[in-house]
Amino acid sequence: MAELVGYLITGVGVGCAYALLGSGLVVIHRVTRVVNFAQGGFAVLAALTVTTLLTAGLPHGLAESLAVLLATGIGLLTGMVAIGRPGTTPQAALIITLGLGVLAYAVEIFLWGDQPRSFPGLPGSTAVLGARVQTHYLLIIGVTAVILGATALLFARTDRGRALTATADDPYAARIVGIDVARMGLLAFALGGALGGLAGVLVTPVQQVSFDSDVVLVVNGFSAAILGNLTRPGLTLAGGLLLGVVQALVGGYLSTAYQTEVALIFMLGVLILRSSSARVEEVTA
Amino acid sequence: MIVEVRDLVVHYGAATALDGVSLSVGEGEMVALIGANGAGKTTLVNTVCGVKQASGGRIDVHGNLALVPEGRHLFASLSVDDNLRLGAWRQRKRTTGHVYDLLPGLTKLRNRPAGRLSGGEQQMVALGRALMARPDLLVIDEMSLGLAPKIVADLAAHLRDRNATDGLAVLLIEQNAQLALDLCARAYVLEAGRVVAEGPSGDLAGSPEVAAAYLGLEA
Repeated sequence: MAELVGYLITGVGVGCAYALLGSGLVVIHRVTRVVNFAQGGFAVLAALTVTTLLTAGLPHGLAESLAVLLATGIGLLTGMVAIGRPGTTPQAALIITLGLGVLAYAVEIFLWGDQPRSFPGLPGSTAVLGARVQTHYLLIIGVTAVILGATALLFARTDRGRALTATADDPYAARIVGIDVARMGLLAFALGGALGGLAGVLVTPVQQVSFDSDVVLVVNGFSAAILGNLTRPGLTLAGGLLLGVVQALVGGYLSTAYQTEVALIFMLGVLILRSSSARVEEVTA
Repeated sequence: MIVEVRDLVVHYGAATALDGVSLSVGEGEMVALIGANGAGKTTLVNTVCGVKQASGGRIDVHGNLALVPEGRHLFASLSVDDNLRLGAWRQRKRTTGHVYDLLPGLTKLRNRPAGRLSGGEQQMVALGRALMARPDLLVIDEMSLGLAPKIVADLAAHLRDRNATDGLAVLLIEQNAQLALDLCARAYVLEAGRVVAEGPSGDLAGSPEVAAAYLGLEA
């Protein structure tokens, strides 16, 4: 029983990181219709930046915050390159984000080499229902709850958030009321950068990160987001947590070698279910 | 004049949508723009409101414009109240009270998602959203499309009231020429991207060509 509780908590912890990453994808996709394949890169960049800042003597908290800020800026820059030119289609922008992700590999190898890196998180362990879990997992869960809650409030309670939703709902109508749709797209990319960066910073103390970790992260984040059809943040959170828990159980009871495959099979299953239910709706309509 | 359009030319690729259109709306005026589908009415609206780029000509705007677009284009997942607030995006003050005073029917709908309202309710929200911008000129594209006659009559009454009370100018773009000519003092007729007739609504309604083409009467 204690073993199962341990796997559940570590799964939820890692799932929170997937949910943060997936939420970034959802924010960007809702507002700009672009699937941002550079999303995993934001996480890797922020994580590697923290290793450098900590080595330079900056304290925990400040190093992580600066790294998330950097990821926010990189998110903004990615948006400027991907959608900055008027008339760029979402398909073209998707390819641009893919290209930027590859460019990020070169920069990261140049700056940090190709070996996996990590840094210490919150030290110690805590007893939960008879299981001892690293306290850092509880930090991941707590921070994710606060940040996703704050993001939900941003969208529901502020005019800037309403303008982002309005742009997602109907860009033409947003333009006619005077909302700068291009600026909202850039804001979405910046938010996506922040959420991706935060995911990387939180997860690295429990999972080493190297320049190519973005693939695993983006596959998992995308799998979480696709449960919510790339538009629904609540389902993205559920998808992230479900993925994290299933992967922890597979890793714990079978083998860690199959964890990424679980995400891919999960994504495939959702897509198959969705397309078959769409066909049923078409037939019954 | 609130809006003065001179020799406006708009292209979609190689196709010419508007070809030398001139039109004006003065303060407190209610002006109709009638024409068949594809005549270029919505292109004219979008260009005047800055959504579409002109290829040539000149648009002078002296005042605040707000648009009620064809098909309403509400923010479907947001509440009525949020839709209204966003109508004042360009303003510093975004309080919605005055619009609920003008359109009291919206008060009971304020927390409902706009996408779940009936067509008539949505048109009322679209009108309210435009009024949030405290416009000098309200541009309304196909107000009556898909709505029951009673709802159209209510909307027309609201416009008359705003015009009489606040001096709100209106540019009404309509396929329903009878409604447009009844409501507005002056009108333009657009055909294939050109203004082919203009003048007082009564004169246009009396013109055999306009009556035959747009009012369904024998020439």
